[in-house]
Amino acid sequence: MRSHSRWGALPAAFRITLLSVGALIMIVPFLYMVSTSFKTSTYVFTNPPEFIPSPATTANYEQAFATENFGRFFLNSLIVASISTAISLLVSSMMAYAFARFTFRGKEAIFRVMLLGLMIPAIMLIIPQFILAKNLHLLDSLAGLVLFYVAGSLSLNTFLLRGFFESIPAELDQAMQVDGAGAWRRYWRLALPLAKPGLATATIFTFLACWDEFTLALTLTNSPENQTLPIAIKLFAGSGNNAVQWGLVFAASVIAVVPVIIVFLVFQRYFVQGLTSGAVKG
Amino acid sequence: MTLTTLGESLGADVAGHVSAASVPPARPRRRRSSTGGGLVPYLFLAPGATLFALTVLYPTVQAFQMSFFDWKLVASASKFIGFDNYLRALQDDHFWLALSNSGIYMVFTVVPQIVIGLAIALLLKRKSPTQPLFRVLFYLPVVTSWVVVSLLFRFLFSDAGLINFTLGDFLHLTDGSTPWLADRWTALLAICALGVWKGIGWSMMIFLAALQGVPAALLEAAAMDGANRWQRFRAVTVPAIWPALLFVTVMLVIGGFNVFVSVYLMTGGGPAGRTEVLLTYMYKQAFENLDFGYGSAIAVLLTVIVFILSVVQLRVFRDRNGEGAL
Repeated sequence: MRSHSRWGALPAAFRITLLSVGALIMIVPFLYMVSTSFKTSTYVFTNPPEFIPSPATTANYEQAFATENFGRFFLNSLIVASISTAISLLVSSMMAYAFARFTFRGKEAIFRVMLLGLMIPAIMLIIPQFILAKNLHLLDSLAGLVLFYVAGSLSLNTFLLRGFFESIPAELDQAMQVDGAGAWRRYWRLALPLAKPGLATATIFTFLACWDEFTLALTLTNSPENQTLPIAIKLFAGSGNNAVQWGLVFAASVIAVVPVIIVFLVFQRYFVQGLTSGAVKG
Repeated sequence: MTLTTLGESLGADVAGHVSAASVPPARPRRRRSSTGGGLVPYLFLAPGATLFALTVLYPTVQAFQMSFFDWKLVASASKFIGFDNYLRALQDDHFWLALSNSGIYMVFTVVPQIVIGLAIALLLKRKSPTQPLFRVLFYLPVVTSWVVVSLLFRFLFSDAGLINFTLGDFLHLTDGSTPWLADRWTALLAICALGVWKGIGWSMMIFLAALQGVPAALLEAAAMDGANRWQRFRAVTVPAIWPALLFVTVMLVIGGFNVFVSVYLMTGGGPAGRTEVLLTYMYKQAFENLDFGYGSAIAVLLTVIVFILSVVQLRVFRDRNGEGAL
């Protein structure tokens, strides 16, 4: 360390100051959001702005929960994100297993086509996917959302999990095979348990992506029984600019964001793992 | 090891024969349980591949197809019109405005995200007790949903918002009454600010991982030889993190052209369509004007632009890399 500073690292105090200013810029908007969520409309725009709300009120949270369907929106988000994640992980881990453990005709070609899914941005497909949902009679349904959320996460999860499966020693597979275990058993009892870190990473990324998804939900659903939390927040914000009840908007936002931040803080290392092992873009 | 190789080559053999459909069935049958296992891999692939084909590949093809039609929701009313949707885009001022706004957003978010992201990563490189805390703080916006942060920034940039207060009453840089979202340029600035703020943590994290691979001995040797900080950065660090730099740039350029939610929720393309980007314009054409054919043409044009840009970047980076390595 000593020798480092001699050949010219920035002085520690200067480094910390720079970083702190940066971190402040990152964090102040969130603090202000939380503080606003505890203010009544009258106190939202004060000069100077107040970070500690006085008087503080939980009225916005009460109003959010009292708003018809808010619980429903929350539940819908939970249901859609959980089911999509479960299906996506099952289906893409099966594909990843095939790519990692078998040799078959067209393997790399099929894999490359799957990777196309990483390159086609989701929103480019919004028009044909809307038409498809309409033809399948899946418009305005949670099942429709699940279908396209699974679709959107297949490529990334397959890519991610293939890497994890390939890092499991093939000898283990062969040993089980000698004992007469079939392919399904080897996948279910050996590969999946050993790829737990990979599955955790994939679960977190998929769940959060579904939890936050906005564009498909906006396009495919239109009745409150079938809408999700991001849509609820957007509805609270309305479309005009002046009459927005910001306290309410941010109370709903906090409710949506807090679980995400908790998941992130608890499972940090899986985020880093996912980021560095593949093409995950937040 | 030899066992796998053997099994795999046998498997390849079997698979090849089976799909060529010209084999006497007796021999491959015995080998079906080997690692190469005949139908087995296809069974593992089937559910996912079917889903992928239906919900991603088919719509991709259909997007191209629709762009050549005056597409109506009632299929029989749709009419093939060749390249008319594309010609229309080329003559549409709103299309060009949206394209230039997307381009502006791309440039003014990609460059800061790389420069600032890398700067923060360099500052955070050394292990210290505060490093994990800073890492979390910078990454927090990345995990927060676009909907929430877009509305948050609309609030911060509103007339009586925190930005005006900070710039006016606090820093005295402006008179504190800038109507940010009411003018094309200031609104784009606000939208770009959001893009940079939300994205920096991501590029920082990638660079931080890449910086672990920079050989410390080489840095020290360069310092001994009298290279200053900038020279060491140019000669040692940059070549070592080149692949990460390429990856981040390509991903950010793609992401930049795909800006949608933030514009949709911060300005809705307004005032008077002046901040419309390609995807909000596409969305409006498709889902407000129900002009699905024209919307698809815009989507296809965007895909082509993004594809060409990606290929160009890969080329440029590869060439530069050759020089750098020598």
